Amino acid sequence: MNRTFDITHYRGFFGVTCLCLVILYGPLIIVMVYSFNDSLSITNWGGVSLRWYVDIFTGLESAKFKAAAWNSFTIAIMAAIVSTIIATAASIGMIRGGNFKGKFVSFALISLPIMVPEIVTAVATLIFFSTIGFKLGTLSILVAHIVFCIPFAYLPISARLQGIDASYEEAAQDLFANRWMTFRYVLMPIMWPGILAGFLLAFIISLDDFIITNFIKGAGIETLPTAIFGSVKQGIKPNIMALSTLLLLFSIALVTLSYFIGKRGEVTQKLQQ
Amino acid sequence: MAAGTGSGSTVSAIFSPVRLWLLLPSWIVIGFFLLLPVLLMLTYSFLTKEFRGGVIWEFSLSAYDQFLFDRGLFGDEPPVIKWTYINIFIRSILQATGATILCLLIGFPTAYFIATRPMQSRTMWLFLITIPYWVNLLIRTVSMKFLIRDTGPLNELFLNIGLIDAPLHVINTNFAVQLGLFYSYLPFMVLPIYASVERYNFAFSEVASDLYASKITILWSIILPVVKPGIIAGSILVFVPSLGAFLAPDLLGGAKTFMIGSLIEDQFKGNAGNWPFGAAASMILLSLVLVVLMFYARAQERDQT
Amino acid sequence: MTNAVSLHGVRKDFGKLTALSDVTLEIEDNEFFTLLGPSGCGKTTLLRMIAGFENTTAGTIHLFGDEIEHLPPNKRPVNTVFQNYALFPHMNVVENIGFSLRMLGWTAAKIQARVDEMVEMVQLGAFVHRKPSQISGGQQQRVALARAMAPRPKVLLLDEPLSALDLKLRQEMRAELKRLQRETGITFIFVTHDQEEALSMSDRIAVISDGKLQQIGTPFEIYEHPNNRFIANFIGETNMLTATVNAVDGLHVACHLAGGERLNALANCQNLVGANGVISLRPERLSVSKTAPTGDILKGVLGERVYLGTDTQFIVKLSGELKLKVRMQNSIFQGAEFKTGDPVFVTIADDAARFLVD
Repeated sequence: MNRTFDITHYRGFFGVTCLCLVILYGPLIIVMVYSFNDSLSITNWGGVSLRWYVDIFTGLESAKFKAAAWNSFTIAIMAAIVSTIIATAASIGMIRGGNFKGKFVSFALISLPIMVPEIVTAVATLIFFSTIGFKLGTLSILVAHIVFCIPFAYLPISARLQGIDASYEEAAQDLFANRWMTFRYVLMPIMWPGILAGFLLAFIISLDDFIITNFIKGAGIETLPTAIFGSVKQGIKPNIMALSTLLLLFSIALVTLSYFIGKRGEVTQKLQQ
Repeated sequence: MAAGTGSGSTVSAIFSPVRLWLLLPSWIVIGFFLLLPVLLMLTYSFLTKEFRGGVIWEFSLSAYDQFLFDRGLFGDEPPVIKWTYINIFIRSILQATGATILCLLIGFPTAYFIATRPMQSRTMWLFLITIPYWVNLLIRTVSMKFLIRDTGPLNELFLNIGLIDAPLHVINTNFAVQLGLFYSYLPFMVLPIYASVERYNFAFSEVASDLYASKITILWSIILPVVKPGIIAGSILVFVPSLGAFLAPDLLGGAKTFMIGSLIEDQFKGNAGNWPFGAAASMILLSLVLVVLMFYARAQERDQT
Repeated sequence: MTNAVSLHGVRKDFGKLTALSDVTLEIEDNEFFTLLGPSGCGKTTLLRMIAGFENTTAGTIHLFGDEIEHLPPNKRPVNTVFQNYALFPHMNVVENIGFSLRMLGWTAAKIQARVDEMVEMVQLGAFVHRKPSQISGGQQQRVALARAMAPRPKVLLLDEPLSALDLKLRQEMRAELKRLQRETGITFIFVTHDQEEALSMSDRIAVISDGKLQQIGTPFEIYEHPNNRFIANFIGETNMLTATVNAVDGLHVACHLAGGERLNALANCQNLVGANGVISLRPERLSVSKTAPTGDILKGVLGERVYLGTDTQFIVKLSGELKLKVRMQNSIFQGAEFKTGDPVFVTIADDAARFLVD
């Protein structure tokens, strides 16, 4: 029985994809499994238990972790919102602003945070804050995060915008929409998957950040990554496994939520008229 | 060169009257909080170090000097090239390249596969790929460390099923670091390639096939050039962070795999730090990265003419 | 009476490339006006300038007496039907059609009423809640039309709206568009490269080539009295015979061909004695016969014949390398007695020959 010829199909690509998923999930699944390990030691299996989860919330380090989590999430949300707005504006200016002198320089500037290695950004930012006497703390972290979130938000947004035919906007203008209305009623609804992708990417990047945050956080402030690093440096402890598992589950919940928001957005538009 | 027929063009000037306002926020934020600091850092690399971290505002070339040369214990012997720091840089480049290649080998087929799934399941696949990246990089690196240790579950598994006789000593090797970097930055390879392939019109493949091209030929001659921007974007997004990475080398490597990131980090820790030296090393790393990027940019330009 | 659209000396440069030079024309109110020309001639650019998507490099554009070339598209009371329709993919048919009315701030009730009217006009009642991706090309085209006409524009611009449709649908839509224009009284400015379309639909046609206006006239004028060689060739089919003018009588010229044959023709200017040019002969104004005609005589040998259903096309070889295409209606003409190789005479209908200066 001959398989139908599919021009898009390449043998082995499915296998590689599966391998990819195995590699991606393997270590995490292991961590999840061992987080339920009753034994104190990481390596030996001692039976299923929730003790490490209890430990995170009520144990010796629970206050530290809670504060760190609060910092991480609030900074990530704010950084993602601000950088997404800035990146959306920038991508419209770059892609729908015609050709202008300095367009290349502008693009280089927007991409600068990605181009510059994180450690260099960290050093430069530390030096800068130290020179102007900017107090190191949550605000300094937020500012630094916004800077490097912009290009990450910019990428999917501009990619999406590039793929949108300019004739929709021309049609909108032809039909009496001014620039703001064109953006609001035509461009944004079509762009919005890109904007959401940009927001999520910025959020992840901010949440995840260790190097820059570690450099400029000053004493006394911890984010989740810096708190976990501090703990891991003393040896991989089971409660870290539990914390990691919690974070993992939280992340999945978040992504799933945003996925369904995206789908609902489409349906709402249909019902609007 | 005519400005489009009104259909099919994607660059337009509809928002050009307001483009200054649209671009200014990003320019200001990045200009003031990154560009300026980097220039400041450049300045610092030419200053004298203060003993407890920080700098004295006095011009000095000692940071760069220290990087390349060994002037003996008291700093007054004729300079001999010191390879220590230079080696660290070279090793970092090799590690980053290895990680990028790994990402490409696994990432391209994956991205392609996902982009060719039916619309509904595509989101699900992307989901699956990106979910791990919601997990903190630190945790992922730690979990990778946990997995590949000599006494870790992977070795246990291999020993148990008889694949190997003695534990694979992967941890603390160059490969471990590359593996860690690969694991860290894989989605940054997959997503841009996915975006490029998704925009690819498979009607081209059908036309080529109709004209007797084999699938391999189609992949190499038609799809790859179209997808190249995505591949390049993905490669840069993996290579650059890998170059200056800190976590993977720190947690998965050892003394033998010391990389730039750790070297620089050391300079700003507490009292043993040497800020100008750290700034100098950062400048050298930055220059390296900029050179790589310029090559890419030139290559892109050449492709487009 | 002010004309609907007036263009004076309009010029458009894209960098070093001149897309349009010195275009001056008047379009009357309630007219179906067509811009006709081959691809790349500048007709779409001209349309876009009237719509407001391109600036004029020089010249003025007036709409019912008001200068508009400095106005952005959303301030001009003209609307466009785009070649690729540009229907908003995230809105359904109703939302697309009502878009302009929402932008203009109409009340929801008024919008609903008008949209219903338009849906009725283009007969898309069954599809109102579908998105553009869920309807066929022909239906999309009608939505694009309804959307552009909903705000009651004074002038409607159509950029090759039928080019994406298949033949049958195209012919149906031609009649539709003509009817709509007559019923609504809106001035239509229609861009196409299809001369059959232009001839069948237009009140007047402007032929454009290489960025320059070649001729403006009714379909009859363009077809029967083309100003130059390009137009005679572009519209319909024709035979071109190199000729020199011997004598002149008003607009009638007596010429001789390269092979010495004598022909009379109608020119479009005076004083052409000695001028070199071509004589244009439409195939359907020629006939073949075994006997010599009165008037101008062209003698030749019958070459191939092609049966075309309604007509038969003959190739007649004259002196030298000259070949004439002759087209004769099958219902009138029985060509059975003609065989390839037969000597024949070609008769030219009265006043069918046109002399065009090079």
